[in-house]
Amino acid sequence: MVEAFRPQNLIEALYILSENECTIIAGGTDLMVQRARGFALKPDFVFPLLFIEHLSELKQIYNNSNEIHIGACVILTDIMQNEIIPEIFKEMIGKMASPPTRNMATIGGNLCNASPAGDTLPYLYAVNAKAILQNANGVRTVPIEEFITGVKKTCLQKNEILTDIIIPDKKFDVNIYKRLGQRKGMSLTKVSLLGLADISKNRIRDIRIALGSIAPTIVRSSDIERKMINKSLDEIKQISYEISNQYDKLIKPIDDARSTAKYRKKVSLNLIKHFLENL
Amino acid sequence: MVIEFYLNNEKKKIDIDASARLLDVLRENFGLTSVKEGCGEGECGACVVLVNGRAMNTCMIPVASIMGKSIVTMEGYKHTDRYKAIETGFMEAGSVQCGFCTPGFVMATESLLNQNPNPTDDEIKEGLSGNLCRCTGYNMIIQGVRLAIEKGAGLW
Ligand SMILES: Cc1cc2nc3c(=O)[nH]c(=O)nc-3n(C[C@H](O)[C@H](O)[C@H](O)COP(=O)(O)OP(=O)(O)OC[C@H]3O[C@@H](n4cnc5c(N)ncnc54)[C@H](O)[C@@H]3O)c2cc1C
Repeated sequence: MVEAFRPQNLIEALYILSENECTIIAGGTDLMVQRARGFALKPDFVFPLLFIEHLSELKQIYNNSNEIHIGACVILTDIMQNEIIPEIFKEMIGKMASPPTRNMATIGGNLCNASPAGDTLPYLYAVNAKAILQNANGVRTVPIEEFITGVKKTCLQKNEILTDIIIPDKKFDVNIYKRLGQRKGMSLTKVSLLGLADISKNRIRDIRIALGSIAPTIVRSSDIERKMINKSLDEIKQISYEISNQYDKLIKPIDDARSTAKYRKKVSLNLIKHFLENL
Repeated sequence: MVIEFYLNNEKKKIDIDASARLLDVLRENFGLTSVKEGCGEGECGACVVLVNGRAMNTCMIPVASIMGKSIVTMEGYKHTDRYKAIETGFMEAGSVQCGFCTPGFVMATESLLNQNPNPTDDEIKEGLSGNLCRCTGYNMIIQGVRLAIEKGAGLW
């Protein structure tokens, strides 16, 4: 029988983690599948389980001085139904999994699972989201691109819990999300692109491009984005091919059961061009 | 771990491995065989029940997660007027063939209509997108939901 802890509050959870090496379990939609052993068998867990999904400290959504805080254990359905969350993020989450799975899956679990196909990640990279990590001794704030360190790897220490994700309370003028999968419902992403931009007087004032599932982590380049600032929409159209090619070396897809590297590369470059030509 | 929860509106208490799948606990410990195992990885919806009124896949729920929560399976739901409306709708539209996926579809329909009593066809498809059927065909199931909405007007 695997040992398990079900703390009453976050402080107790952090204390348990400081004393024991545990497997943290939130919605369980990644863990229960990864550790499943089949019909009528208990899943295969080595370390004691630490249940956190019920902790009210981790289930809040609120805004505070131009930032929105999303608790790590907020389920995807509740993010979709919250009025302060930007529409484009809700649209992206609405394309994940299915309603029953979205009723269980947490945003924190999607981050901590750190899959290149994690569908909340392109948004979190595009808006420079921050992750708040806590242990029994204190708190640290980590930018999303430093939180995720590789395929299925994060900078979380054994005694830490991801408590909040912070995004800016900001809407963009242009919001484009394209997600390619085998079919519409319930398929993991082969390639995805999120494009955000602010435009005034026909010129680009801010632009963000984030690509999912085509490299070990989400691809975003502030250098390439910077080159587009203050260009007119016509200028952008003329250089769209050139810009998409600058992403070529950043896109390092793999062949897997879902798709081939060649297809992923070609589609990502086309999606970038499409976004730039339709601003 | 001792887990206390409500099962079809009755208070229950069980001492069990915290990581046991709710699917197995409902079938093996409580004999509720309407909860089916299909894929065992959250994709087919055959094991869907209502947890605090929302559809969830029990193959992915470690039993300790349901502490204090209310679980409703077909065995409890079948005594409700809402179920009667869904049953009649599904019978008239021929939404059931082998029946293996049906309890999951009924639970997902309840969860959908509870959130959105007047869904469009696209919203019905999206609401049931976590449930797979391999023999009846989806058109009849969607038609069944449409009829259930008519029969059960005012219930959701
Ligand atoms: C049928 C199905 C369809 C899916 N479709 C999609 C999809 O379309 N797109 C997509 O991106 N994903 C998808 N997923 C994957 C999964 O649902 C998501 O990644 C989900 O957000 C994981 O959240 P969870 O709470 O269930 O994570 P869990 O399984 O509870 O945890 C995942 C990992 O994160 C760790 N962890 C969780 N919370 C914390 C925390 N607060 N602090 C520290 N560590 C933590 C756990 O230890 C574990 O390693 C799908 C899964 C299934 C089963």
